[in-house]
Amino acid sequence: MENIGIVSYGANIPRFRIKVEDIASVWGKDGLSISKGLGIKEKSVPSVDQDTATISVEAARSALNRCSINPKEIGAIYIGSESHPYAVKPTGTIVGEAIGATPDLMVADYEFACKAGTAGIQTCTALVKGDFIKYGLAIGADTSQAAPGDALEFSASAGGGAFLIGKDNVIATINHTCSFTTDTPDFWRRAERKYPSHGERFTGAPAFFKHITKCATNIMKIAGSKPEDYDYAIFHQPNGKFPIKVAKILGFSYDQIKQGLLVPYIGNTYSGATMIGLASTLDVAKPGDRIFLTSYGSGAGSDGFDITVTDKIEDLKREKAPTVAQLVEDKEYIDYGTYAKYTDLLYWE
Amino acid sequence: MRDVAIIGVGLTKFGELWDKSFRQLTAEAGSKAIFDAGIEGKEIDAMYVGSMSSGRFVGQEHVGALVADASGFSHLHIPSTRVEGASASGGLAVREGYLSIASGLNDIVVVGGIEKMNDVGGNAAIETLVTAADQEWEAFFGVTFPGIYAMIATKHMHDYGTTKEQLAQVAVKNHANGALNPYAQYQREIKIEHVLNATTVAYPLGLLDCSPLTDGAASIVLCAADKAKEYSNKPVKIIASGQASDTLSLHGRRDICTLDSTVNAAKKAYKQANLSPKDIDLAEVHDCYTIAEICAIEDLGFIEKGQGGKAIENKITTLDGSLPVNTSGGLKSKGHPIGATGVAQIVEIALQLRKEADKRQVKDAKIGLAQNVGGSGATCCVHIMEAM
Amino acid sequence: MEDGGVARFWREIPQRYNIIGNKCGSCNNIYFPPREACPFCRRKSIGKMQELKLCGKGEIVTYTIIHDAPRNFKEQVPYPIAIIKLEEGPKLTAQIVDCNINDVKIGMKVISTFRRIQEDGYTGAIYYGYKFKPLE
Repeated sequence: MENIGIVSYGANIPRFRIKVEDIASVWGKDGLSISKGLGIKEKSVPSVDQDTATISVEAARSALNRCSINPKEIGAIYIGSESHPYAVKPTGTIVGEAIGATPDLMVADYEFACKAGTAGIQTCTALVKGDFIKYGLAIGADTSQAAPGDALEFSASAGGGAFLIGKDNVIATINHTCSFTTDTPDFWRRAERKYPSHGERFTGAPAFFKHITKCATNIMKIAGSKPEDYDYAIFHQPNGKFPIKVAKILGFSYDQIKQGLLVPYIGNTYSGATMIGLASTLDVAKPGDRIFLTSYGSGAGSDGFDITVTDKIEDLKREKAPTVAQLVEDKEYIDYGTYAKYTDLLYWE
Repeated sequence: MRDVAIIGVGLTKFGELWDKSFRQLTAEAGSKAIFDAGIEGKEIDAMYVGSMSSGRFVGQEHVGALVADASGFSHLHIPSTRVEGASASGGLAVREGYLSIASGLNDIVVVGGIEKMNDVGGNAAIETLVTAADQEWEAFFGVTFPGIYAMIATKHMHDYGTTKEQLAQVAVKNHANGALNPYAQYQREIKIEHVLNATTVAYPLGLLDCSPLTDGAASIVLCAADKAKEYSNKPVKIIASGQASDTLSLHGRRDICTLDSTVNAAKKAYKQANLSPKDIDLAEVHDCYTIAEICAIEDLGFIEKGQGGKAIENKITTLDGSLPVNTSGGLKSKGHPIGATGVAQIVEIALQLRKEADKRQVKDAKIGLAQNVGGSGATCCVHIMEAM
Repeated sequence: MEDGGVARFWREIPQRYNIIGNKCGSCNNIYFPPREACPFCRRKSIGKMQELKLCGKGEIVTYTIIHDAPRNFKEQVPYPIAIIKLEEGPKLTAQIVDCNINDVKIGMKVISTFRRIQEDGYTGAIYYGYKFKPLE
């Protein structure tokens, strides 16, 4: 591929946190053992005035603050989420207006569970490659919902990452991308329902592990690469254990994945997960670093990417926006009652 | 311009008046004033009605016509106009009535002010009150009407060292006065501790720093001064009427702690009457919140800017002070039926100048001033009165 | 505010999302929200008002903490509301977020952030706009 790839990036994580132990104690469970078992300490919680649109806007503005492109040159915006504020009315138009990219703009919202953001990266890459647009903005963000008392309550959190894709001033080239997709009902949410349902242990081997390993293997075949060739690897992270396990299965080390592994500190940000993992990696990456990324979305599918960081990353003003580490550290703890108020668990009308 | 006098006054009790409707309150206040003026009805050339938000409170607009009808004057086809300037609606109605006589057009005019706030729930009341502020650029972002005055208080405390205790003293004083007023909503004294420990509404203002939601109506009959003595043996002359406007939002003002609309309206009034602040014997000011009284006495020129918090401890504005303020109990204790307030202030001054204020009577009261504010100071009208 | 009354809030999206005011081409005074004409230059400013995006940085001039809130804000109680003087001169009223309410002070430096302001109930439109957070 010509030099098409990431031109800039940004992330946003709401400040509130609730500890897994505090959630567990409300349900009379052993918080310490659950936290250990899941590999998650605490998760991010959006305030009542934050949602997928606000997270997307802040992440996009961070991306724009780091570079000097004119937002009017953004030709497409794709926002992937399972928690778009409206079922009908795109988040993309709100973000487009907020960053000054309207009106000559292609927009559609994406949904593919946790991999909707990376699907957006693929689309923007194709539009840039086809010379339809100069720059595309792909965002993955969520304020994911979890039923009170359900296992997912310990991990479903909020956050997002934004990636500006283009041909000029590329800081990381997208060398290869491919996907592996099947109809696998491991986790879903029906249209009128508030909370998702899942196939419990079915979400493991036939879903997460199968799709990530197949997609990862395919990408390495296309790229002619091996795990050792990569400096960083990012996998989808529904909990702190699965990504470590799948990395091991594929032959990646813990050291390769730890920069992109945020779930222990902020929970599973769903469509934001691999996006934030990639942003965290770009926060520290150096020219020549090679990055491997495989996302996973229930339903099910994985998007794989082979990325190389260019010299231009040194020109990017990374300090003009908070790094993922700074966003993780900027936190305020809340208790379960406040969490219930903010996540609308107390809705009664 | 002719001189104008007040020949009759009337008001209902102020309070949560579940048994009385908007129309009943109007008719009661109006008929008391007309009776007091010794007129029948056919003498009335026009009516002016102040009501801030009859539409939102009782779902009724077009209250100029409604009030004429409820008063039994429709068959006389008296022109009747509703005047609105948020909480200055009453004062503005008085001014419009005054101008129509001063200009020579009318001889006798009835002015009424009315608000029925308790026919809606608390949430609707909060949302309606704030329509006096800037809906788009203040209320929309989550500020409430007490919140706006609270921001004035925060700045006044920061810039001038005014304390929460000094704010509380205003409420205590006004309740002490209201306890002597048979028409007041609250006729009981309160202590400083009550005010300081009350639930916070919008820091630094607590529940007892805020005027209540009130139902009530007040009415006056105005007459060309040269004819006044035909009707009344104790007419009160309106010797000045001043009005001014300012930005709708608090954030648009020149100085957060100064209501320039009050300063300007007062200046015009003092000029018209050829008086200065020290000539005023007593005043009814717009204490929608305790901080508002402190700013009012500064902006009316009674006290130097920033020193308003000390007026009570220095016994200036107390009932026995050198310039008693809010002998009626003020909006705080008398109550604040929004559209009625401006007219009720005039009623109190008239009663004082007629020596009919009973236990609240200020000795040797000769010249009185009423200051009525709309919103957080976007409108102000000031009237000065003198016994004839 | 009821369902269907969306035009007034749509019209002000540039102001609420991007703090877009305007500048008088005659005297260079900056206004937010934008004005049709400059109050001081009046006639001279007609046709000369230039759209201007404000930077969103400012300082708290005064504030309150709201405890008794309107329906759409009840879940956020208690919350600070402040009058903020923006760097370019105009002042506006907005909520302060991401900050302990005890730390809100006159003189505090703040910067705008994009948040959900309110909505027309569970079925109505959602209105986004500016709130302000402490500027480190």
